[in-house]
Amino acid sequence: MELTEAILFTITTAATPLLLAAIGELVVERSGVLNLGVEGMIVMGAVVAFVATELSGSVYLGAFSGVLAGCALALLFAFMTLTLVTNQVATGLALTILGLGVSGMIGENFVGQPGIKMDTITIPVLSSIPLIGKLLFDQDLIFYISIFSVFGVSWFLFRTRAGLKLRAIGDSHGSAHALGITVIRTRYLAVLFGGACAGLAGAQLSLVYTPQWVENMSAGRGWIALALVVFASWRPLRVLAGAYLFGAVTIGQLHAQALGFGIPSQFLSALPYLATIVVLVIISRNKRLTLMNTPASLGQSFVPDR
Amino acid sequence: MSHHDTGDESCLLEVRGLTKMFGELRANDGIDLEIRSSEIHALLGENGAGKSTLVKMLFGSLEPTAGQIFWKGKSVQITSPGQARALGIGMVFQHFSLFEALTVAENIALSMDQDVTIEGISERAAVLSHEYGLPLDPNAHVADLSVGERQRIEIVRTLLQNPELIILDEPTSVLTPQEADKLFETLEKIRSEGRSVLYISHRLEEVQRICDRATVLRHGKLTGDCDPRAETPASLARMMVGSDVKSVSNTGGKIGEKILLEANDLSAPARTPFAVALENINLSVRQGEIIGIAGVAGNGQSELFDVLSGEERIARDDGVKINGTPVGRMGISARRLLGAGFVPEERHGHAAVSEMTLSDNMVLARHRSDASAFLSGGPLKVIRHGAVLQASKRIIEEMDVRKSGEDPEASSLSGGNLQKFIVGRELDRQPTVLVVNQPTWGVDAGAASRIRQALIDLAEQGSAVVVISQDLDEIFEVATSIAVINEGALSAAEPATDMTLERIGLLMGGIHGEEPAREEAHAH
Repeated sequence: MELTEAILFTITTAATPLLLAAIGELVVERSGVLNLGVEGMIVMGAVVAFVATELSGSVYLGAFSGVLAGCALALLFAFMTLTLVTNQVATGLALTILGLGVSGMIGENFVGQPGIKMDTITIPVLSSIPLIGKLLFDQDLIFYISIFSVFGVSWFLFRTRAGLKLRAIGDSHGSAHALGITVIRTRYLAVLFGGACAGLAGAQLSLVYTPQWVENMSAGRGWIALALVVFASWRPLRVLAGAYLFGAVTIGQLHAQALGFGIPSQFLSALPYLATIVVLVIISRNKRLTLMNTPASLGQSFVPDR
Repeated sequence: MSHHDTGDESCLLEVRGLTKMFGELRANDGIDLEIRSSEIHALLGENGAGKSTLVKMLFGSLEPTAGQIFWKGKSVQITSPGQARALGIGMVFQHFSLFEALTVAENIALSMDQDVTIEGISERAAVLSHEYGLPLDPNAHVADLSVGERQRIEIVRTLLQNPELIILDEPTSVLTPQEADKLFETLEKIRSEGRSVLYISHRLEEVQRICDRATVLRHGKLTGDCDPRAETPASLARMMVGSDVKSVSNTGGKIGEKILLEANDLSAPARTPFAVALENINLSVRQGEIIGIAGVAGNGQSELFDVLSGEERIARDDGVKINGTPVGRMGISARRLLGAGFVPEERHGHAAVSEMTLSDNMVLARHRSDASAFLSGGPLKVIRHGAVLQASKRIIEEMDVRKSGEDPEASSLSGGNLQKFIVGRELDRQPTVLVVNQPTWGVDAGAASRIRQALIDLAEQGSAVVVISQDLDEIFEVATSIAVINEGALSAAEPATDMTLERIGLLMGGIHGEEPAREEAHAH
């Protein structure tokens, strides 16, 4: 019982950063912008959150600083791609490289220092439900935000007028402009939201997952988040499923490696990627639904013809 | 230019000296226009005459370089579509500004400024569409709808904003004749309510039928302001084109016995969820015959072209035969080597590479079928530049392609001139079978008549020609037999002399999105 609970707990911890980063990128891509800089924004969020926590002593101030760091990088990306109309793919890749480099520089003197772990917030009554009580209601703030963000984004995209406009811009920015919808401003906001989510994902890594700073500690999670968005065919609930599946198989294979089943460890390490791709490909095999959800103007620059 | 601060108050919309420059090009040069209330006002002009530029300025999506706009006598600056709507101007676009992935109700909700729930909009849209005879299902996804139905969404969406002036950009180019009649009824109802319509078109019969006044543009300049009913089609055409358009002569050559192109029970599944599946298509084209394939856009025209040309191969080899040879599994080059030629629909990016020169574009199409003429031997197959340039020059002269420079890039030519070159590139080979898709789409009248004449001449020399076109006038002008494609199925070809617009309209599926029972009633 204790062990099961502990394992489930590690799964949520592993899944949360992926979920946050992917949900943010989902909103960005729904607006028609492809930001490949997720990895860079995560790692910047991680280092700034850690350093700010060390300097201020407050994990919440630290996490907030991480969010701001993600936003700052996103703002740079938005200015380049939306205002200066640079190529989104190249700019995103550059953002990742920039983030990895700058984060190493900022965190140079903090490598290996013991950090402060974010406390859990126990919700009374609910947390005493057997098995899932502790898992869902005795967690850190970032976990709660990540779950809330899935349902919040889903509600926003499919139930509100602003969400409808955002999807419309992603489907056809030319038509949206012709209707008087402010394409560039909406995209700026979407990219900033994506940056905030990625920054928070980074803060989770350096304040919850492993409370310390290690260079390149994002370890490719930004790329997995990007893949999750595509394989989840831009649906928030599928991103939730995908992120948790990935987290579960990651933790599961670690335990399997420890037990030593005689399966090559390289195969086990690859398993989370394979399992997630297979499952998401299967759930998105309805081509019509996938096509309906794919933002048709994804990655295309927009210049209003005035 | 005199300056007045107030306009004529009896006019709903008045435009004085409106000018738009794109770099050096004067897309609109000092245009004057007056639209009164309860008036259907035509804006006539050829492609590229500046009609779209003018209405974009009226709708706030382009900024005028100079000139004044008066709305109900007051000088206004329209800086955004939202502001145009607030004034009371609505617009139905030619290339629809609809979102394919969204539902009809969501699409309508997006253009409403006030906050209304989507359910509320569905209800109001249903009531309004019924009132104006424009049947619509608010919960359908736009991607699943026919072009005619999409236009209805645009019109309902515009009407919901209760505008005083509605701008319609080439509305009938995507409709069956029956759907067009229905649209005219809707427009007359709109006029009877005291609203005005600015009706953009290049179809003279329509303008004479429903419009009260007409403003004519040519090369960005105003060339006429008249009552279209007092004019003749010829006089209107002269204002539009500037000279008399040479009419096409179709003497109807001898039709031989030999079948040169054949499709037997040809079926092909849809490649994407939004594409059309071809169902049991039968077609045979004999020597000297031109079969015109009519149909509303998006009913399988490009899919049919792809299987005939070999862009899309099919499993059954005898599904398509060229010159008696089964070619279903052959690629484009193999079919070309059998003497066939193909001209696909889009000029830029499909029929020609915009950034390459004309001569390069010619080699790209003919590098296999005319390898001996353009390539020298050896494993490297070096391009014989001289021969290529010479052939390119021959085509340019033959088709009267107007261009600047010796061998310019394809993108520097106007649509009509590039289209003449692309058609000429195939004709230069004297193909025994020619399949063309939308040969004169978006092409000026002069170029269109030149291309049509060339197709007729080719058939008279004994070739088999298939012309896939949305333009019924074109079909009647060139075709010896006419077939209609609707939802991926092709009707049997009937002699052009026996075909009527009404019959073609019914074969096109009558009015899309209505109960089939009512279509039956129309048929009898």
